[in-house]
Amino acid sequence: MSERIRIALISCGSEYSGVQKEIEWATREVGADVVFPEVEIEDIERAEREFGLDVASHDLLLAIARAMSIVEGRTEVDGVFISTCFRCAEGAIVRSEVQRYIHRNTTLPVISYSFTERTVGTTLLTRLEALVTTAKRRSLLALEEQKGLTVGIDSGSTTTKAVVMHDNEIIGTGWVPTTKVVESAEAALADALEMAGVRATDIEGIGTTGYGRFLVGKHYEADLVQEEITVNSKGAVFLADRQKGDATVIDIGGMDNKAIAVHNGIPGMFTMGGICAGASGRFIELAAKRLGVSLEEFGRLALKGDYRRVPMNSYCIVFGIQSLVNSLAAGAAPEDVAAAACHSVTEQVFEQQLQEVVVKEPVIMVGGTSLIAGLPRAMEELLHTDVLVPPNAQYIGAVGSALLVSGMLRLKEGADGT
Amino acid sequence: MKVFIYPYTSLILYDLVERFGHEPLGIMTEVGKRVRTPSIESPPLNITAEEAKRGLKYAAVDVPSGVRGRMGVLDPLIERAEAAIIVSNARLAFGCMGCARTNELVKYVIRTKGIPVLELEYPRDEEETEQFVASIKAFCDALGGGKGDE
Repeated sequence: MSERIRIALISCGSEYSGVQKEIEWATREVGADVVFPEVEIEDIERAEREFGLDVASHDLLLAIARAMSIVEGRTEVDGVFISTCFRCAEGAIVRSEVQRYIHRNTTLPVISYSFTERTVGTTLLTRLEALVTTAKRRSLLALEEQKGLTVGIDSGSTTTKAVVMHDNEIIGTGWVPTTKVVESAEAALADALEMAGVRATDIEGIGTTGYGRFLVGKHYEADLVQEEITVNSKGAVFLADRQKGDATVIDIGGMDNKAIAVHNGIPGMFTMGGICAGASGRFIELAAKRLGVSLEEFGRLALKGDYRRVPMNSYCIVFGIQSLVNSLAAGAAPEDVAAAACHSVTEQVFEQQLQEVVVKEPVIMVGGTSLIAGLPRAMEELLHTDVLVPPNAQYIGAVGSALLVSGMLRLKEGADGT
Repeated sequence: MKVFIYPYTSLILYDLVERFGHEPLGIMTEVGKRVRTPSIESPPLNITAEEAKRGLKYAAVDVPSGVRGRMGVLDPLIERAEAAIIVSNARLAFGCMGCARTNELVKYVIRTKGIPVLELEYPRDEEETEQFVASIKAFCDALGGGKGDE
């Protein structure tokens, strides 16, 4: 592997949508170079014949030819970023099939994204950071045990979580709502340290993740500051005890969702985001508030209800709540409303994100929302498979951070020869 | 006259129109402006999200941004077109075109503009090629008022 990470850009429409510079900016920010796999006219014509997908757009044919150039070894890269216009049906089909094709024929990490002219580089950063990490730190991601005394802090958009781990066991946890990023992290860590019965000075390493990872990482001079995709993948397979083989990790977050296809603890295909907050934990939070129950109670209610009795097909958090209010006004039972809200969220995750990764069992649901019993149940119904919610699933990011930072310290020790 | 060519990337059509005395409207001039403009911020095309918004003139906001962006670049050419030559089913090498949906829209806009339009199939052998060039020459001649007469 070369010094700098090489990310192949397979795209259609990015130059004409004005987002090309955003993609290139984000790639540079994560320390990687954009590579355009070279192809000849003959390669494009061959792609038309051999790939087996008849597409009318020549740029999409070019995209397929570029993917073939990577798979056939004519272009050497460390990861692939596939991107096409949002709302283009043909683009979406090619994006998805090319992603599967590369995944099937190489071990390269691949992500895909559909952009609009409003897409900005900062939106792409976490995805590209995950792509680079997967390419660059495979040995770190392959580590299966946490050693020593380490801390992980997950500064999420809604809640901040902290865990203290000692030799592969969680000995302390903290969970507080995110208000001021650093202060919330301090509060969560203080709780975790108290529960663990250890002093801050005894900690060997700190890892941070989540939206506030940079700020919290700077505050604690963290040894590892890492995006959520790789951290959650590692945390999920560790907690579910499925570190070997395939797994699919689903994390419905407060603001965005992650769907990650994992192999031996290393993310392969992943998507992050969602079109609207109607597919987020925040929607469930608002729905619970409207029903006047806690999130836990909301989850239990959903288990008793039938989503088919309440129409709620919303792509929007505002209209979703409107459906909910209308249904209650029309006399719907709260348990049916709760079930419908859970079904609506999982349906959107299924439609928008799980279509872009190859879902392989076991399906592991993580994050705070996985504890809202109605959500894993709804996902099981949609996927027709059992969904695993591992113990401590709400601390997934913090656990993944604590685990990875211990590996990071060991790798550093190894590099120093000590 | 100003003759819009389709595929708008075709150097062969560009050359033929010019040889037969008219001004070809190909995308190269528009792309060239976006490459040569100082302070290029998005090479190889100095195109911004504004271009996609300009494309709203031709397509609604629910049309993909890449289609609207392309229409934004093509707009000055479509506006100036006084005649057009459309070649269907062209090979990639003849004038590789990006987005199929943009191409459908461009052809529709040109056909409904109310200007003389010559529609041809891409030639597959020597005989068809001779006929192809002859048709373009006849069309250009019939347009009258060549470049020098404007």
